Amino acid sequence: MLIRALLLCLALALPAQAEQVVAGLSQTRVSITTNFAGSEILIFGAVKREAPLPEGTPLNVVVTVAGPSTPVTVRRKARRLGIWVNTDAVEIASAPSFYAVASTAPLELALSQAEDDRHKVSIPKAIHAAGTDAATAEFTEALIRIRRNTDLYQMLPYAVSLREETLFRTSIALPANLHEGDYTTRIFLTRGGAVVDSYETTIGVRKVGLERWVYTLAHQHPLIYGLLSLAIAIAAGWGASAIFRMVRG
Amino acid sequence: MQIYLPIAEVSVNAFLLLGLGGMVGVLSGMFGVGGGFLMTPLLFFIGIPPAVAVATEANQIVASSFSGVLAHLRRKTVDFKMGTVLLVGGLIGAGAGVALFNMLREMGQVDLLVKLCYVLFLGVIGALMFVESLRAIRQTRSGKPVPKRKQRGWIHALPFKMKFRTSGLYLSVIPPLVVGAAVGVLAAIMGVGGGFIMVPAMIYILGMPTKVVVGTSLFQIIFVTAFTTLLHATTNYTVDMGLALLLLIGGVVGAQIGTQIGLKMKAEQLRILLALMVLAVCGKLALDLLLEPAELYSLGTGGH
Repeated sequence: MLIRALLLCLALALPAQAEQVVAGLSQTRVSITTNFAGSEILIFGAVKREAPLPEGTPLNVVVTVAGPSTPVTVRRKARRLGIWVNTDAVEIASAPSFYAVASTAPLELALSQAEDDRHKVSIPKAIHAAGTDAATAEFTEALIRIRRNTDLYQMLPYAVSLREETLFRTSIALPANLHEGDYTTRIFLTRGGAVVDSYETTIGVRKVGLERWVYTLAHQHPLIYGLLSLAIAIAAGWGASAIFRMVRG
Repeated sequence: MQIYLPIAEVSVNAFLLLGLGGMVGVLSGMFGVGGGFLMTPLLFFIGIPPAVAVATEANQIVASSFSGVLAHLRRKTVDFKMGTVLLVGGLIGAGAGVALFNMLREMGQVDLLVKLCYVLFLGVIGALMFVESLRAIRQTRSGKPVPKRKQRGWIHALPFKMKFRTSGLYLSVIPPLVVGAAVGVLAAIMGVGGGFIMVPAMIYILGMPTKVVVGTSLFQIIFVTAFTTLLHATTNYTVDMGLALLLLIGGVVGAQIGTQIGLKMKAEQLRILLALMVLAVCGKLALDLLLEPAELYSLGTGGH
């Protein structure tokens, strides 16, 4: 909250721009509980301007939500001795675990190539592959395809609604198989493909309650966790046997 | 009802897991096997990461075999001495199996190894059991007595002999150690208790009487799978307590129902059904390896 207030102060202190984005989120925390089945984040805001509405090119809004980035190994299968086995592998240096781009128009129209390169907005730009050769490109494409099929990567043209070039809103669906971490949310205002203003904030996705406790125990005290798992198994096995004997008389 | 699994980091339907546990439990109660060989591929199928499925399944088998061994203890059909010798071999095998599993995981070939193990063992065991039970059915139809098994000479020529009173055997400790170690390796790699390999090996290789085989096998499986669970939990952090709990609740209930169904059927009929089921799982996995997959690429966690 404090950071956001500071950011806002900072934004206000900057030399007055023609158009500025003022934004809000329906929630800045997502709690992964035991019955977590995905979450929907509403991102909304307004365009603040000192001067009258500029003529000519229309205003576009691009919203991105990115999960924490991790290295990913992409493997390819090929037929060896009649069976399909993993043969080639490419290490992608860093790829977001979740990435959604919503915009008022198709991204190619809303954002120029140069601005995409600078701000890394489109899905391929958000992935940082170490190599630039053709093979790496093929593996990166496969990574995007697999994650798009499971809704971990989302391209959402026309998903941002903009009214009177002033009020905008969009909702991003976070899937149920979400990983923990800070999810960076960015909002870009563009005119004629050029970024006029941008805003950045984070959504904290955390396991809470029982999920948090189990995860922490498993990673910090693996031996206790393992023994506890065994104790549960033994108790359940004994319980089943005892109940069954009771039922049979 | 969706449940988010804390270690697997996927959200699955709780009733689906209870149902899967129950279904496999019914089969394991009917046939006297742990059911791991069916459960682990089913878990892969519903989207549980293979490493988590294998480790968690080992934990679930602890529960079902403990429940089973209690029943056998009351009937005094557990050979503790033989069980302990098998166990020593089993622990060595499990340690080697987890090390092998981790090595192959880094090479990206763990899925292949697990699947190949399944196809090979399920195919061989299924085929042998199918042929054997067909023969048994034919013999009971024609009314001929079942021929007595021949004792193999070379097993008895080995040194370090030991008396196993409950089994009524005077045998070298080497064969049970080797059998135990082989099953231990499989338990770690495949996430199975190994009952479907251990039971035939005890009958046909060690020549143990059938009535003590299941109890003794279950006795040593508890310790081997418990050890495997601990190794996976401390080295890979892949045991999912939530997943194990849901599976074992379904499993122990299903096993009781399965036992009741099993009591009403003939032994040969049961064995032939089990053989067919084993062969069906084997066929499905073999097809996956032989046919061109729809998606040639797969993702793994980065780093080493």
